[in-house]
Amino acid sequence: MSKRVGMEASFAIAEAAKLAETEVVAAYPITPQTHIVERLSEIVADGELDAEFICVESEHSAMSACIGSSAVGARTFTATAGQGLELMHEVLYVAASSRLPIVMAVANRALSGPLNVWGDHSDVMATRDCGWIQYFTENAQEAFDLTLCAFKIAEAPEVLFPLMVHLDGFHVSHVVEPLYLLEKEEIAGFIPPLRYPFPLDPRKPVTMGAFAPPVLYTESKKALEVALRSTKETILRVWKEFGDAFGRYYNPVESYRAEDADTLLLAIGSFTETATVAIDTLRDRGEKVGLIRLRLWRPFPFDEVRAALRSAQQVIIFDRAISLGGPGGPLCSEIKSALYQEPKKPKIVSFIGGLGGRDITPQQFEQMFARCRELIDKKIDVEYETIGVRE
Amino acid sequence: MDRYSVFVPRLITSKEYFAPGHRACIGCGEALAVRHVCKALGKDVIIANATGCMEIVSSALPTTTWRVPWIHSLFENTAAVASGIESGLKVLQRKGRGPDKKVTVVAMGGDGSTCDIGLQALSGAMERGHNFIYVCFDNEAYMNTGIQRSSATPFGATTSTSPAGKKGIGQVTWKKNMPAIAAAHAIPYVATACPSYPFDLFEKVKRAKEIEGPAYIHVFSVCPTGWRSAPELSVKLGRLAVETGVFPLYEIVHGEYKLSMDCSPLRPLVEYTKVQGRFRHLTEDVVQQIQERVVKNYADLQKKASG
Repeated sequence: MSKRVGMEASFAIAEAAKLAETEVVAAYPITPQTHIVERLSEIVADGELDAEFICVESEHSAMSACIGSSAVGARTFTATAGQGLELMHEVLYVAASSRLPIVMAVANRALSGPLNVWGDHSDVMATRDCGWIQYFTENAQEAFDLTLCAFKIAEAPEVLFPLMVHLDGFHVSHVVEPLYLLEKEEIAGFIPPLRYPFPLDPRKPVTMGAFAPPVLYTESKKALEVALRSTKETILRVWKEFGDAFGRYYNPVESYRAEDADTLLLAIGSFTETATVAIDTLRDRGEKVGLIRLRLWRPFPFDEVRAALRSAQQVIIFDRAISLGGPGGPLCSEIKSALYQEPKKPKIVSFIGGLGGRDITPQQFEQMFARCRELIDKKIDVEYETIGVRE
Repeated sequence: MDRYSVFVPRLITSKEYFAPGHRACIGCGEALAVRHVCKALGKDVIIANATGCMEIVSSALPTTTWRVPWIHSLFENTAAVASGIESGLKVLQRKGRGPDKKVTVVAMGGDGSTCDIGLQALSGAMERGHNFIYVCFDNEAYMNTGIQRSSATPFGATTSTSPAGKKGIGQVTWKKNMPAIAAAHAIPYVATACPSYPFDLFEKVKRAKEIEGPAYIHVFSVCPTGWRSAPELSVKLGRLAVETGVFPLYEIVHGEYKLSMDCSPLRPLVEYTKVQGRFRHLTEDVVQQIQERVVKNYADLQKKASG
């Protein structure tokens, strides 16, 4: 039976990797991810998991070792954050193009400089185009559930893509929360054994990572893109199977009190939970406001985003990252481009905040709604505004 | 020669694991070395290859030269990829999955990926004690990108980023002692080898294969394109490098140095330098300076080998 426990989200992810019977973990310590792999190394040391734990000398080598172990057909897990994800950057692309089903938890963190170990989405946004499946979790329960699902999705024969499970650094990773853990017997059969179709094996030699001249590179990238988009079907199926089995359902785009809303707030990550408090307050005052959370980041759920925003008159987009010298918030740019061709589209107001671990309070979300109205009423056209910045 | 055709097939497999048809330059010492190393390794092997000449000449999609399982991912991460392969195999075999025989895990890279950009990953993999062989094919510069200097480029050599000019003499730093760096990790086996001495190379690869734990083999690989030497001289140049003391052949087994062949008295360095365009600009003084260094290094090595 599921048992309700109090547990740090990082530990919950380690429990999920254990339940999935991970075979190789290659990891390097970095705040705020470290608790995940510390806990996993304890699990391995206690003999609760039959796995090889490789204490690599950098994140670049962590992901490289993951490529090696995954290429021989071993179930592979790692975790990182911020600078670590950036150090892996070029390796991430190879993991995707080699179609290796590596699962990685990312405790989202700001990027230097100045040095900052706290949470925001700068690291995610910089790895947006690397060809991984990526989704966000907002609390310990989701982090646990969706790490379990990650193995089943990534390793599905029709998928074979690496997958990042994002959780906000500290705001989720270090928070002890109540959650339902699953027992080994309960999830038996949920994640089938990994049967990687083309492993490195002397019995049937394969060449992996051959180089592509200009005459083939475009085709290989296009093929990868088509394949990544087509993984959505399996993602939805696995989430449904998980929901049917354990009662917790997940969707690419989720909403809160959004049915008849004229103004919607769209955000990702744990701050969406804070925003619900603001939504409740404003609803109590009779305002027609609601919340949209984007869970699936890659492949981007175009149809679901369009459907969710279709009937709103204005949409506030809240970014925890900044595109320096560019269009402001990277999430906002994506939503705008998803809506651009729509015949009827809402006005969009962009806010950036919560950088480098700074809190955003429910009151500040309320202020975003008020400011949104002001900007629209007074026809003020700004690229974006920064919440709580001292100028 | 007739005698060789009778005896050699008994000593060396006629099977080719690095198949003909690749696109290495004419007279490539590295291709020869890789072919020999593969013969010595046999078929129960998985190779991780760094970006570089060998990867480029052997793997253009949709073709491959490799008849053994082979993976390339990046330039600086080969030793880390090999770590993952070794750990993955270990857990799979423990659980009764994966290959049913012992598999040798091998990482291969050039001098750039070994001594420069991939040194950290290599150091990490050796320190962690993975059971694998790292083979560095040293052609003494970044040949794949067009002959730029590396930390393995010898003093005085002209390259496209250490060019000899009106003021410069070419490379002004001495070759990094990579085998000593490997040995400093207290790994069980380190060796130098050269395809001009194929039986010595075979023996060393086989020894590395048998030893439990990390093994490092540094293979001298003549590059006619980068060294501006005649392609037909490649095997001879390898021998000259050994006989002049420029590239001595030795092993370091559990920290103990052992000369594979004693070449003293050394042949004069100039026999080696005069047939290579990369050294042609050197004055007698500079050649003499290098000669003295070679003699000193060789004497130091002899001393280490004599215990």
